[in-house]
Amino acid sequence: MKLAYYPGCSGEGTSKEYDVSTRAICEALGFTLTDIDDWSCCGSTPGHSLDHALSGALSARNLALASTMEADCVVTPCPSCLSNLKHAKHRMEDPAFKAKVDELLDEPTPALPEPYSVLQVIVEKLSMEEIAAKVKKPLKGLKVACYYGCLMVRPPKVMQFDDYENPMSLDNLLVALGAEVVPFPLKTECCGASLGVVDKEVTSKLSGRILERAKQFGANCVVSACPLCQMNLDLRQSQAEEAMGQKFELPIFYYTQLLGLALGLDDSALMMNKLVVSPHALLKSLDAPAEAVAPEAKAEPKAEDKSDEGAAS
Amino acid sequence: MRIGIFVCHCGSNIEATVNTAAVAKKSLEYPDVVFATDTMYTCSEPGQDSIVEAIKEHQLDGVVVASCSPRMHEATFRRTVQRAGINPYMFEMANIREHVSWIGKDKDANTNKSAELVLLASEKLRNNRPLFPQQFDVTKRVLVIGGGVAGIQAALDCADGGIDVVMVEKTATIGGKMAKLDKTFPTIDCSSCVLSPKTVDVSQNEKITLHAYSEIESISGFVGNFTVKIRKKSTYVDWTLCTGCGSCIEKCPSKKNPDAFNEGIGTTTAINIPYPQAIPKKATIYADVCRKLRDGKCGVCAKVCPTGAIKYDMVDEIIEEQVGAVITATGYDQMDWTQLGEYGAGKLPDVVTGLQYERLLSASGPTEGHIKRPSDGLEPKSVVFIQCVGSRDKSIGRPYCSGFCCMYTAKQAILTKDHVPESQSYVFYMDIRAPGKMYDEFTRRAMEEYGTEYIRGRVSTIQPHIRPDGVVGYMVRGADTLLGQPVEIDADLVVLAVGVEGAQGAAQLAEKLRISYDQYGFFMESHPKLKPVETNTAGVYLAGVCQGVKDIPTSVSQGSAAAAKVMALFSKPKLQSDPQIAFVDIKRCIGCGKCITVCPYQAIKEVSFRGAPKAEVVGTVCQGCGLCNATCPQGAIQVAHFTDNQLLAEVNALCQF
Repeated sequence: MKLAYYPGCSGEGTSKEYDVSTRAICEALGFTLTDIDDWSCCGSTPGHSLDHALSGALSARNLALASTMEADCVVTPCPSCLSNLKHAKHRMEDPAFKAKVDELLDEPTPALPEPYSVLQVIVEKLSMEEIAAKVKKPLKGLKVACYYGCLMVRPPKVMQFDDYENPMSLDNLLVALGAEVVPFPLKTECCGASLGVVDKEVTSKLSGRILERAKQFGANCVVSACPLCQMNLDLRQSQAEEAMGQKFELPIFYYTQLLGLALGLDDSALMMNKLVVSPHALLKSLDAPAEAVAPEAKAEPKAEDKSDEGAAS
Repeated sequence: MRIGIFVCHCGSNIEATVNTAAVAKKSLEYPDVVFATDTMYTCSEPGQDSIVEAIKEHQLDGVVVASCSPRMHEATFRRTVQRAGINPYMFEMANIREHVSWIGKDKDANTNKSAELVLLASEKLRNNRPLFPQQFDVTKRVLVIGGGVAGIQAALDCADGGIDVVMVEKTATIGGKMAKLDKTFPTIDCSSCVLSPKTVDVSQNEKITLHAYSEIESISGFVGNFTVKIRKKSTYVDWTLCTGCGSCIEKCPSKKNPDAFNEGIGTTTAINIPYPQAIPKKATIYADVCRKLRDGKCGVCAKVCPTGAIKYDMVDEIIEEQVGAVITATGYDQMDWTQLGEYGAGKLPDVVTGLQYERLLSASGPTEGHIKRPSDGLEPKSVVFIQCVGSRDKSIGRPYCSGFCCMYTAKQAILTKDHVPESQSYVFYMDIRAPGKMYDEFTRRAMEEYGTEYIRGRVSTIQPHIRPDGVVGYMVRGADTLLGQPVEIDADLVVLAVGVEGAQGAAQLAEKLRISYDQYGFFMESHPKLKPVETNTAGVYLAGVCQGVKDIPTSVSQGSAAAAKVMALFSKPKLQSDPQIAFVDIKRCIGCGKCITVCPYQAIKEVSFRGAPKAEVVGTVCQGCGLCNATCPQGAIQVAHFTDNQLLAEVNALCQF
């Protein structure tokens, strides 16, 4: 299956490991990714906070480029990009909105293709049995809290994916990979998103709550599908720990990293060392014989700089 | 023939968009029309009197009124012309209100269409013949379907009035939802103590025959003469021998079955009596969970039964009852709230429904009246009540208010404080709807005397979490729309005021009774204001929540009202049948029998006429639906007042090329 790929800006920086692992697992699962030539930023949060038409034009430009490619569909790994792309496509149905976008782009916009998340394509095009059959290294010993973030399934009318109260696609995927999924009531809670830039207290508390609840329900790691969520939970974990007055030491994986790990991909394709809260002790314990698996993996000293300045995006 | 035309203004309802005077003038050109006029309100007393006068003055022998729908006033005007000595079937109505003035704004077009509809009616009238009703006997027994408080009241009132009553109840006991309630608002009376004298009366009244654990199989016939087939579901216990001693229940080894009477809170045995005051107090075996009936191994209840009442080989029995009227009082069920993900979709153990909470409060409930939450038996100190769960929510297609939840939630908040004085209750509400006698005062008491905190706003999510002491709590997050900020409450227990809908199986029953029902399973009354107890099927009446949401006093009132309707019906020595029924032209009938197969009422039988088979209509059974008429290849079977010739006259009047 041929997919037109919209990487999103963070894939080139803060979520390099998400981009690299996404490309690797797509190849392993038989999806051919082709980058949209000359793609540009979707406008992100500043774009749509300022002007819907501006955000729509930025997204429409990328979708219009994708429409010229020979691809089965357009995908992006980033839920925030996806939300902008989908909202643009949705809003373009209104002729008045389309007129504004056409003016901004200096030409009439062609009919736009529907964008999807990489996750949706994987779970809808492949059955869980097919995926389980490809697993070389089952993720036995991982107790995962699946965190979808607020954008992946909401608003339901626009996103059109999974149950917006209790999504299960990541849960089902991780079970197929051999991991244990813990009940997790905060699947779609807000992590604080980009408020971390202007008011880190809010983000610390919201992310802290997510991490606290994951820990309470017995998770030894969290899996995410969003670069911004992952950053808030991982890079800012020490801030959250401070706000909540407790230690979490929970590795925060991209689902693509765990999928790649289970498929037996090389670490160069997973880039586990990019994670701030080190997952190595936990991952090491997976390799150990079953009876020796420690219930709680001890985190190694953090190697990366996790100052606030580094988080601004 | 001499026809008179009366074109009604209906105040401004018709006159505003139809030139009625022009319609009257135009109709004078129609064949046989000798008089035409327009009137302000034809249905008013002066309006009717003017028809009577015109009939006498102009020697009319047929009348057309162009006004509203025949469903509104056909009966009125038939009586009017009868008063002036004309047969009531020598009257026709042209509907120029619902079919013209209310739906079109173009006055010229409306006037034109009205004139054509008047022509259509008068052409039909020219083909009309006087018709005369037959008289028939009435079976003075009434069937009451449903043994909740509305049905009980209807049955007792009918019995008081000297009428024999057949009561059919789906479950093994009467009492309905009211029997499950702990207390009633606004008096905090013990619900079962108020109800049980009435249930006992039902069992002791000689005029009432109770068929519990039974359902309606089919109903045929017509007002005054219904034949009802009742399926007495197998209880596997001979109720004539069972004394209700309870030995079987004590010894039954299959103990872990969900308790339907307790709304799934707690467990019960495979053989049981629903609750201590059950009527009839007889044991029933539930086959799906009985070890003997499922696996063939057990038989303990038969061994311990002192009267030998257990009959494992019992099968369903169909019995037949003859009645003259039917009262439906089938009540309600809660909507399927497990489709609502924001409240945990039924997966959180300590999120319960209002009815479940009643059982937790009740002394005869699974916790003997001590409030203990289902998951771990903890006595809750913080209880959150959420209103309008599946009510007033257009986004899930349930726009209506469930009526009594505001009140029972206030009651439950008060009772919570009574049971656990150190507890705090919170109520998330949209509006407080407390319009009954002493109702608003009651909700005030919940707030002011019992310290219940009312928060105006909706709940977005209920999230379990583990408190530092290891106890599971439920974070209820919502909006306080009065303060304009989010609120979060850490609850021990959450109670949902789940919206109500027509009882399960209501639609199927409605089809058997040939009455209408809406998309939520509520039965349709004949008129929303003026005939709230009647249905459009003669002899079938409604009582209680089956017709629409209402609380206990209103359900009881409607039960009495339905009984009064039945007594009025039965007070006549004989009933008159509608003469608009099928009849057979025996010369044209070829005896093919097609009409017999399509008749839904079994109103046509085959007879032999000089050796040839012919169809014959049983006049009292025929409902005049016309299926036979449409099916007959010979046009031999016709419906009086709707004959082929009469309908063709209408078509010809409209289609003039």
